[in-house]
Amino acid sequence: MGWFERTYNRIKRSKKKVDIPDGLWTKCIKCGEIIYNKKLEENLRVCPQCGYHFYIGARKRLEITLDKDSFREYDSVITSDNPLNFPHYEEKLEKSRKETGLDEAAIIGEGRIGGKSIVVGVTDYGFMRGSMASVVGERITEAVEKAIEKRYPLLIISGSGGGARMQEGMISLMQMAKTSAAIARLKRERLLYLSLLTHATMAGVMASFASQGDIILAEPGALLGFTGPRVIKQTIRQQLPPGFQSSEFLFKHGMIDLIVKRDEIRPTLIKILNLILPGF
Amino acid sequence: MVERSRYYLDFEKPIIELEQKITELEGLAKKEKLDFKEEIKILQSRLKNLKESIFANLTPWQRVQLARHPERPKPLQLASFIFEDFLLLHGDRLYGDDQAIIGGLAKIENEGIVFIGHQKGKSIKENLSRNFGMAHPEGYRKASRLMSLAEKFKKPVVTFIDTPGAYPGIQAEERGQAEAIAANLEKMARLETPILVIVTGEGGSGGALGIGVGDRILMLENAIYSVISPEGCAAILWKNQEKVEEAAEALRLTSQDLMKLGLIEEIIPEPLGGAHKDIEQTAINIKQAIIRNLSELKDLTLPELLEKRYEKYRRIGKFKRK
Ligand SMILES: [Zn+2]
Repeated sequence: MGWFERTYNRIKRSKKKVDIPDGLWTKCIKCGEIIYNKKLEENLRVCPQCGYHFYIGARKRLEITLDKDSFREYDSVITSDNPLNFPHYEEKLEKSRKETGLDEAAIIGEGRIGGKSIVVGVTDYGFMRGSMASVVGERITEAVEKAIEKRYPLLIISGSGGGARMQEGMISLMQMAKTSAAIARLKRERLLYLSLLTHATMAGVMASFASQGDIILAEPGALLGFTGPRVIKQTIRQQLPPGFQSSEFLFKHGMIDLIVKRDEIRPTLIKILNLILPGF
Repeated sequence: MVERSRYYLDFEKPIIELEQKITELEGLAKKEKLDFKEEIKILQSRLKNLKESIFANLTPWQRVQLARHPERPKPLQLASFIFEDFLLLHGDRLYGDDQAIIGGLAKIENEGIVFIGHQKGKSIKENLSRNFGMAHPEGYRKASRLMSLAEKFKKPVVTFIDTPGAYPGIQAEERGQAEAIAANLEKMARLETPILVIVTGEGGSGGALGIGVGDRILMLENAIYSVISPEGCAAILWKNQEKVEEAAEALRLTSQDLMKLGLIEEIIPEPLGGAHKDIEQTAINIKQAIIRNLSELKDLTLPELLEKRYEKYRRIGKFKRK
């Protein structure tokens, strides 16, 4: 778990370090290129030099994926409690709320892609590493049920390196079963479920709804898998092969359909919807 | 007859010592043809009190240790007591035969079932072949294949959970550990036959859940079920692997806690001193629970069964309303 923490901190820190002098430039984490921030934003926060995909939050993700101004968020009246009275949980939640402007790690709603109506859910790696506890599990399930009710296709974009959130213990683990049961219903209704994996998606989320897509897409260079690399390294006491658990690694091993660059995601989704949905 | 334990936990030590004293006295009485009946009776009643006082106040960490006790009966051993007939089947038809997950056909009260379980080893040698009960994707895929068999022939599925977790390794990731577990969660959610899940030892996170979705979740009294190991939790929360006792407490991983949280349906009592103190009695308790639960589930129509299973999971989650 510490590994992801470090990755994310690094993202934030490096942004700060380079941003603060004039707020105009960002140094690429991967190639070291100094990128003009405006240029980085125009490029959907992808390094123009090496193609490194920077973290983007859930709101930005929706904005660049859906038809302009088509997103309508589902009202959510639920917010995280601390059911186990787990140490420091409220502080962690508060910190994530401040950092992301979100109330929890998932946003759900509906919108259009290429004119086609779709139910969409996004988990945000910036909010407690996108981990799933009661609220995330409930919202994802609500999104699936809405898709069934409206007979819309479903798109879930995962950025959940934290897996099942430790702070809600077994309640979190059971969200894997809950969301999976909802996805099973969706599929029985012969509705389309597209899963897009982004950095990072691991453990309890990767081992539930994120891996259950009819079609699974991933951004390049994302960390994807079940057990975190640090734990694997500790267990087997061996160096991990280069590129281990990257999107490219999963692709090579047959776990995902396509690796899609950020600027190609929208056209790819439109293409899939056009090819698979009846009518129009 | 009190058998001398080969392994005991710190808090079991006074019990083991008293048990040894009784054995010695019994031996002496036999050898010297002396009458120690009264003395032995007193010691045995003291032993019972001692066990009761220790086991009435187990901490969550002590239960973790009991759940992982090397002498704790493992699923295969329990199965041999519980089922009248039993045939292990092998292989996932895709890659291999994972020894960390076992399964096959069984009979209980003359009723056919499909049995699936994790299997830890009892010795170092067996643990190497069983991989300490930590399955690779092929283990979950073997389970999946057996569940299809159960569905086809309308046999209920009974699973025994006892694993530290799914195996954290390179090959496990290459072959899709996450996919294998995710596929089972989906499958078990809609499997058209009753599923009874019993956590007999260690319920290690997603690796446990991978054969752990069902109509009813039961736990042996001293079994545990947790989203993360206490060691892992301690390392993250206190940056100190030794804070396991605090972590075990915080995670709410005991059968009693999970019952209170409404995440399991039933606790199966263990003999005094833990399941390893009387394996046969433990098996009898499990057997009775299986028979009762399966007969209740059998009364439901298939649509009712599936609807109830969905609703059971649908309700899980605790949040505040804004
Ligand atoms: Zn770069």
